[in-house]
Amino acid sequence: MGEEQRKKLNRREFLRFGAGAGIAAAGGVYLAAAHAGADRTVWQIDPDKCIQCGNCKTECVLATSAVKCVHAFAMCGYCELCTGFFEPQPNSLNEGAENQLCPTGAIKRSFVEDPYYEYIIDEELCNGCAKCVKGCSSFGNGSLFLQVRHNLCLNCNQCSIAAACPSRAFRRVPADHPYLLKHRETEG
Amino acid sequence: MARILLTILMLAPLLAATGMERFPPPEFKAGHQLPETATPPAREALRAYIDVAVLAAALGLAAWLVLRRRSRRGVFVLMVFSLLYFGFYRRGCVCPIGAIQNVTLAVFDSSYSIPITVLAFFLLPLAFALLFGRVFCSSVCPLGAAQDLVLFRPLKVPAWLGHALGLLPYVYLGLAVLLAACGSSFIICQYDPFVPFFRMSGSLHMLILGGAFLVLGMFVGRAYCRFLCPYGALLNLASRLSRWRVTITPDECVKCRLCEDACPFDAIRKPTPAGVFGRTEGRMLLGGLILLLPALMAAVGCLGNMSGSALSRTNRTIQVAELVRLDARTPQGDPVDEVVAFRRTGRLDAELFQEAESLRRSYERGGWLFGGWVGLVIAMKLIGLSIRRTRIDYEAERGSCMACARCYRWCPQEL
Repeated sequence: MGEEQRKKLNRREFLRFGAGAGIAAAGGVYLAAAHAGADRTVWQIDPDKCIQCGNCKTECVLATSAVKCVHAFAMCGYCELCTGFFEPQPNSLNEGAENQLCPTGAIKRSFVEDPYYEYIIDEELCNGCAKCVKGCSSFGNGSLFLQVRHNLCLNCNQCSIAAACPSRAFRRVPADHPYLLKHRETEG
Repeated sequence: MARILLTILMLAPLLAATGMERFPPPEFKAGHQLPETATPPAREALRAYIDVAVLAAALGLAAWLVLRRRSRRGVFVLMVFSLLYFGFYRRGCVCPIGAIQNVTLAVFDSSYSIPITVLAFFLLPLAFALLFGRVFCSSVCPLGAAQDLVLFRPLKVPAWLGHALGLLPYVYLGLAVLLAACGSSFIICQYDPFVPFFRMSGSLHMLILGGAFLVLGMFVGRAYCRFLCPYGALLNLASRLSRWRVTITPDECVKCRLCEDACPFDAIRKPTPAGVFGRTEGRMLLGGLILLLPALMAAVGCLGNMSGSALSRTNRTIQVAELVRLDARTPQGDPVDEVVAFRRTGRLDAELFQEAESLRRSYERGGWLFGGWVGLVIAMKLIGLSIRRTRIDYEAERGSCMACARCYRWCPQEL
């Protein structure tokens, strides 16, 4: 291989590399300038769109779903007969397992003052099946709702629950405001 | 008067709200404190930047190990580290492979802006491929590492099969871009065969698919990387232009062909002496193929356009529209969840159908481009095969060499 030939080859290589680098740089700058943002995103459920289908329990890639029931206490009526806590026709209004709607017994019911009872979710036990959410929003105030818990969520690039959600209640939200909580209307 | 009006106006939302509350929240006599609704925060932003820094460092180290140190052992150690860090510790998300779809979505959906860290994940391995070849594949990608570690007895894939299967990554890339752009799901992430292992959980069929790839990977070197990985397709293109690359021997090649046997990915080409092929014949073939290119693009593009309708069924809006239409036609029985959810939004059926129709048309338009892309890839492959270059020594193919550094260990000229 003569000196001249090698030089020619080098020039070709240089042009090749230069063209590639130019395209990549232009593409990178375009993407960064026009389409990139500093905000990271996480998945969250819009409680107003959720129809409590039960997919959150089964579709999450985690063995126990990262979706949990969350309680907006300010909206709760503190009812004695809570339709999120009790089976449709409970034998009696006590904490007996046969009366409870929750399959894992994750809702703790405690007496506050006559006639009010408080309901607190034990998220360790909750599996995100949404049975209580359905009971509460069908017949009660709708103070129970589902949320993705970010201490558990792996934040998969394609959330597998989102892919299976019939009401498309899942959406990407900014990571610094990672919850879509329910509030009393009067609180705004 | 004005004050009364103002009071009524201020009370109006209150009245509306009481309509929602079937059981008004109590005023506790004993001053019971309402518990706080806990909101555990998302992963700190800093961690994402650390991931990018680790990625950049690992890429730099990989380039140094492959091109300067020429150390297979170093590459192996880095590979194990990447598998543990990006794979089992970071659970394989976000990876550059999946980031293709985030980039696509950001370009086509103005309401989504890609996080700068995800963009860095997408661009860094490409930039390194332009400089140093596929060093990302060699020892930074956890999916590649998982397959490389199980590689037990590599078999040679017949050349014709290797070339044919080698087209699949480009097809998969086109499909993933089309589906991400039109707002279906991210299929690369959904059907990633190794991520279920990193997470230690997943659906049964994905675990079976991943297991099958690992078993296959014992005999076929990096089957996923070579015959499916869409990011591998991009890196392949980038590394063809790379400034520096793997040179098998540091000295003069003695043509012992040990490197060719050592390469489990069939990426080493034999020397081909000049004048073996007839030049006129070759020119005729090349000319014919170049003429074939637009015809092939148009033909496959047409096929793509026809498959647009089928592809559009992966879109949730179109699925919902289909179900709503079915429900409107035969209203007996309980409506499915999708229909219930749609009815609750209070939107008109016609509005939904119109949206679905315009979406379907965008899939058909995208189908043209997708098909055209596949036609282009096939034609370019044929053209590439018909160009016979004179090669003096055994050489690593620019695009398909994954810089695993195995050939160095076998070269008798290596010190």
